[in-house]
Amino acid sequence: MAEQKEPVKPSRPEDSRPNGEGLRVIGVPRRRVDGRAKVTGQTRFADDIFLPRMAHCKLLRSPHPHARILKIDVSRAMAHPGVYLVLTGKDLPIQYGILPVSQDEQALCVDHVRHVGDPVAAVVAREELTAFEALDLIDVDYEILPTISDPEEALATPEPRIHEYGEEGNIHKQVALEFGDVEKGFAEADEIFEDTFFYQGSTHLPIEQHASVAIKDPDGKLTIWSSTQTPHYLHRALAKVLEMPPAHIRVIATPNGGGFGGKSDPFNHEIVVAKAALLLDRPVKICLTREEVFYCHRGRHPVLMKFKTGVKKDGTITGVHLQTLIDGGAYGSYGVASTYYAGALQTTTYHIPRYRYEGCRTFTNKPPCGPKRGHGTPQPRFGQEVQLDKIAEKLRIDPAELRLRIVESPNSVTANFLRLGTVNLTECIQRVVRISDWKSKFRKLREGRGVGLACSAYLTGAGLPIYWNKMPHSGVQLKFDRGGGVSVFCGATEIGQGSDDVLAGIVAEVLGIDPFDIRLFTGDTDLGPVDLGSYSSRVTLMAGNAALQAAERGKGLLAEAVALKLEIPKERLRFADKRVFDSTAPDKGVSFPEAICLAEARFGTIGTVGSYTPPKSPALYKGGGVGPSPTYSYSAAVVEVEVNPVTGWVHVPKVWIAHDIGRALNPTLVRGQVEGSVYMGLGEALMEEQEFRRLPKRLSHALVHKFPSMLEYKSPTSLDMPEVVTELVEDPDPRGPFGAKEVGQGPLLPIMPAVANAVYDAIGVRVDEVPITPEKILKALAEKKAGRQPRFGPAHFPTVKWPEPLRVPPPWEGGDGNAVNDVDREKRRATKEKVLAP
Amino acid sequence: MATFPIESQKTAQIRFTLNGEETDLSFAPYKTLLEVLREDLGHTGTKHGCELGECGACAVLLDGKPVLSCLVLALECNGRKVLTVEGLSGDGRLHPLQDAFADLGAAQCGYCTPGILVTAKALLDANPHPGRDQIREALSGNLCRCTGYLQIFEAVEAAMVKIAENGKVSVE
Repeated sequence: MAEQKEPVKPSRPEDSRPNGEGLRVIGVPRRRVDGRAKVTGQTRFADDIFLPRMAHCKLLRSPHPHARILKIDVSRAMAHPGVYLVLTGKDLPIQYGILPVSQDEQALCVDHVRHVGDPVAAVVAREELTAFEALDLIDVDYEILPTISDPEEALATPEPRIHEYGEEGNIHKQVALEFGDVEKGFAEADEIFEDTFFYQGSTHLPIEQHASVAIKDPDGKLTIWSSTQTPHYLHRALAKVLEMPPAHIRVIATPNGGGFGGKSDPFNHEIVVAKAALLLDRPVKICLTREEVFYCHRGRHPVLMKFKTGVKKDGTITGVHLQTLIDGGAYGSYGVASTYYAGALQTTTYHIPRYRYEGCRTFTNKPPCGPKRGHGTPQPRFGQEVQLDKIAEKLRIDPAELRLRIVESPNSVTANFLRLGTVNLTECIQRVVRISDWKSKFRKLREGRGVGLACSAYLTGAGLPIYWNKMPHSGVQLKFDRGGGVSVFCGATEIGQGSDDVLAGIVAEVLGIDPFDIRLFTGDTDLGPVDLGSYSSRVTLMAGNAALQAAERGKGLLAEAVALKLEIPKERLRFADKRVFDSTAPDKGVSFPEAICLAEARFGTIGTVGSYTPPKSPALYKGGGVGPSPTYSYSAAVVEVEVNPVTGWVHVPKVWIAHDIGRALNPTLVRGQVEGSVYMGLGEALMEEQEFRRLPKRLSHALVHKFPSMLEYKSPTSLDMPEVVTELVEDPDPRGPFGAKEVGQGPLLPIMPAVANAVYDAIGVRVDEVPITPEKILKALAEKKAGRQPRFGPAHFPTVKWPEPLRVPPPWEGGDGNAVNDVDREKRRATKEKVLAP
Repeated sequence: MATFPIESQKTAQIRFTLNGEETDLSFAPYKTLLEVLREDLGHTGTKHGCELGECGACAVLLDGKPVLSCLVLALECNGRKVLTVEGLSGDGRLHPLQDAFADLGAAQCGYCTPGILVTAKALLDANPHPGRDQIREALSGNLCRCTGYLQIFEAVEAAMVKIAENGKVSVE
């Protein structure tokens, strides 16, 4: 077979736990606990829920990218046979949004639509088709407003404002931070590099369309099942908009048919069906069409960026200045966080002694951008890693060697006060160099064939919650049954990544039972303690640590009771093979169910809890809340490409990737996350784009989505996927459960720059933007042929009026994590203390 | 204008074999096979991602051949045999494809999985020993956003070996 997969060989270090027991579950490739449900079609997704008397909801969406609503007449729709209810903006006027600083959405627009697809009314009917038909019977008068299609236009067009809040005009958010005097850094440099890059927006494209079902419970409370990654934040948004006590609302996150960040906001359709169910006292369902999913979006922000980097002759970085201009779309979403993220993680891979970041997010009349896998960081990572390739060439240093010289140290604090955990980037680079045979390929393959290398890092969970509080980020409750069953209750949300399996695996390992002996009750705000959600690669570390603590506590109770029974010290007990026994005389022991009975007889009903709160970050400056994480994962990738100079087509035959995982809890799932990231990265590198066009003037000249369909929005198929060789670097990080770090997002990040660098190696042209389409390749080749700069990419970075940066001296200049020129610091501290007061 | 919503007008009737079981159905005549499976027959194992024939999530076998059930009218199915993911396992045992998919990480979110499983079954029924390229080709109409496809290919190959072994045992 041409593409026999090289098996993953996780190096499994001996158990790092203090008691030195060998691991039976953790680190062993195995079927995930929800595997059977998925292969039998029995996983119950939101749209698989059918309830008696269930009504169906459809949303009327704006056909205009920017308009005032003058009048809505729903009388004809209400009169349509089979229609139960029509809602408009005035029924749900309270604003909400995922971030406390941008509560700028309304479930149904009241007087202002901001993008094609913004919902203005909802119809609930006995049948779905009836609801759909009745949409045509709603009469809306709009006053068309000028459309803002991109950030440069937004900067030039302060009026009309898309929102009445933000920095000024149509600028939503500006960030300016300086860590050390970057000009001094440039003065010390031997070479200065200035490059402009563009990173196109893309969308998550989960195969499952968003769906929700809401009911009014028999006792008058509300229950909603929804394909959400963040049931806790939906819970908060529903309580706010519906003006209901949170205790009367139950959110159940159904397993998501793919999320990738696209189901992390509270959505208008969720709020609408909840309201409708309460009003009608019957179940109400909505399932979005694929076109509507494109309008929900919250995907990758298009980012124009400028990197100025100073280096010494040996490759040492003396300073970096990054500017970004970010296309936010029509709403805030996670955008303030995205704007900070676009500048936050540059310092985590290589030592940067002085760093300045300026970011500007504008509103535009397009579906809102938000968090997509890698949230805010793939764009600047692309620029940084492609520029490093250019630097290496100019300095005549091999790009792998250059990176090895400047890798940041483990457990260090970066210029912007991120505290790193284990850093095995060196090992990752060395491994991909070895397994890809880099040294005999780079600059040595024939014309048209090339290799490129790039690296990255990513958070293992955001260090701060979305709203300030001192409570844990994740909690787990365990219930021990006399029959030997253990039930896990946790708010963590299964989006396909295997969060249920992480919980089951950890609990099973600690208690010496089989993961399939465990029942899981997850993603349910009534049943489990809060977990903040499946975002920022936080679940394995945070819910995992909470599960570990709860399981260790349960184990402690069982051990105490069994030790009394066996008359041996409890330290000698071992939990394995569904038994609790004397480690020095394994025949002497009790079964796991007996152990539970003994404990229950001694202590009463056995239940334990565990929770996890991330460590405090040393980043105290304003904006320092974005970027901190308990620890970071690292990846390095080599991509090989074959470029056809006639068609411009880029074929990727093979990818080698090494990922610093800490420890692989279930290597089968870890490999799936790595390969899935490579896949999605290749899509962004080569074809995926959320693109818009204007309708002809004789129509409405409206700005519309170029192709809101899966056929036209190109994503890689089984025919496009290359062979991938995955290497896991396992160096358990003491901050993670059994040493685990994240894997869901990090491995995507090096792929796009590695492809761009490989294209340069293959044909000697730079494409300084993604996606790298055949058209751009051919244009760059034409430039080369004409003797001009062999490049395709943005020519300039526009003039932005930046605010005075907050100046934060880095740790090595005696900084304490605060800005020296932050006049509002004391005021903010007072507010923060008030918010955080118990 | 009709006073009774069209969706409630179950004027069409068919008799067909669903997962080996004779099935009589009255339904609204405009409905697709996907819609009657999920909405009228409670077979929610078959998923949908676009209802436009773009994603492959709704694939089922019609007389043994993979079709996109969102593009097939239920009216076309009279007298025919339909196999969905619910009909893959039997005798209390999972199909070797299902076991392999569950064991080898071929199902992450599991949403595209039912469509891919039946498509892979059709491939193995027609060609018991496909090469990697034939597997790629056969599954090229089924989008998966999670796995990057490689663990899916490996699971199909593992099931292929298992089915061949089972065949040998039954011959002996």
